[in-house]
Amino acid sequence: MSMKPELMKRMVKGPDGVEFEVEPLRDYFCEAPPTVMPAAYSRIVEDLFNWARAESLWILGFGTGCGAIEMRPLMTPRFDAYRFGVQWRPTPRQANLFIISGYLSTKTLKRAIRSYEQMQNPKYVIGLGSCTINGGMYWDSYNTIKRLDDYLPVDLYIAGCMPRPEALLAGFQELKTIIRAGKAEGANKYAENFEWYKANQKRVIHDWDMPDYNW
Amino acid sequence: MQFEWMKIPYALLTLFIVVNFGMLLGAFIQKIGARVGRRHGIPVWQNHIDLIKNYGLRSSITHGTMFYLGPVFRLSGGVGLLLFVPTIHGSEMFSNLSFAGDLILALYFVFFGALGMALGAGESGHPHAAIGVTRGLSQMSMAELPFALATFSIALQYQTLSITDIVAAQQGGMLNWTLFTNPLAVAAAMLSFLGSMMRPPFDVVLAPQEIPIGPPTEYHSSYLALMQTNRALFPIAKIVIYMNLFFGGAASWPVFFFKVFLIYLWSAFVGVVFPRFRVEQSIRWFLVWAVPLGVLSILLV
Repeated sequence: MSMKPELMKRMVKGPDGVEFEVEPLRDYFCEAPPTVMPAAYSRIVEDLFNWARAESLWILGFGTGCGAIEMRPLMTPRFDAYRFGVQWRPTPRQANLFIISGYLSTKTLKRAIRSYEQMQNPKYVIGLGSCTINGGMYWDSYNTIKRLDDYLPVDLYIAGCMPRPEALLAGFQELKTIIRAGKAEGANKYAENFEWYKANQKRVIHDWDMPDYNW
Repeated sequence: MQFEWMKIPYALLTLFIVVNFGMLLGAFIQKIGARVGRRHGIPVWQNHIDLIKNYGLRSSITHGTMFYLGPVFRLSGGVGLLLFVPTIHGSEMFSNLSFAGDLILALYFVFFGALGMALGAGESGHPHAAIGVTRGLSQMSMAELPFALATFSIALQYQTLSITDIVAAQQGGMLNWTLFTNPLAVAAAMLSFLGSMMRPPFDVVLAPQEIPIGPPTEYHSSYLALMQTNRALFPIAKIVIYMNLFFGGAASWPVFFFKVFLIYLWSAFVGVVFPRFRVEQSIRWFLVWAVPLGVLSILLV
């Protein structure tokens, strides 16, 4: 495992001439592992929250493969996903839904993991297209992952190559029923099986130069 | 003066009405914008759902004390602005603290939230937040200038800084409104209004769904929900000032809703027609078009 030089522990000379030690991964990042977040104490409150979560899906604007091009028409008058409470957010902090849109190369997987981990609990993942299910047409490629579920907890797959925007809209409706039923607990699943996910991720990402958990 | 405890529930009632109205109106204006683009747009209750969802998120992280205080400052700026101006003219119930507040205080409160936000967003350490704050403060300072000039012009015209007195002077027919007695000041202020509503052509600061989302880049969960609450409240509070200063105030809630809607619609109307300015363009635009109007209005009073 190779670490980038700027992430190594080293001595730095400040502008005032004082030398001090910097360990970027510990000093600049919080490496506390994720914890399982319990649902609200009262059932009624949790149901209300789940309803609100279902009706207000904020998608992270992150396109990974060719499927990203199928997401853009959703903003246009023809499909207009906004009427279903679906919006795009530019920052992972505010997004709840991460759509892995198509094949995911190991290089992109690293960014996908960082983005996913910065999203707030509860968060959902949709695998779009066959590539996220079994590799699809990239089944024998050396640098794409084959099963997305090994690396991130997937709530819903939308099969096809490529699925049309209508399929995405149908997928959103399906995801809403899953969320309303309180079954979309991907973030907690990720926290529970954190070691397993990390082991899988590190198996394919050879230049792991980031903290184990990105807050 | 005797303190009346009954004022507290009255103030809360004002806030409740205005926040809900603000959220519905915000969604409605967005819907109008969407219809212009031939879309259906969001449901009118979408802002409420987003708010519940953001309060309902389970985890949130902090970047330090100021990161907490940023949204709090922002909301208190909005609440303060609303409570220090007479919401309904002549109503004991909804005039809140307006006896104590004058124009200068209102001008201060307009800026207060943005400064708190700048500190909070700065502490988040995100480069997009820093860029957004720089853009936001420069554009807002410039947009406030014509409004401040218009305000002084009006203060000179009515020989008072009290908003209540200014509203009272405009009663008795539409022709008594500042709109007709001092049109230049109103024109300058309405141009400034466009700049502070975060709608196109002046929304590059908070381009809501693109990469440079601006100051709130790092804000999430309850922090964001607090800011959304302010997002609903603040434009209405600001419009209330405009309504009181230039359009004769409102003597009842239906008149209030109607006037606020029309003033809000002005920014939406301009927004759907014109494309977005960059910050340096918008600053130049305010300097060239709005500031001279403001200066002229002071000279003519």
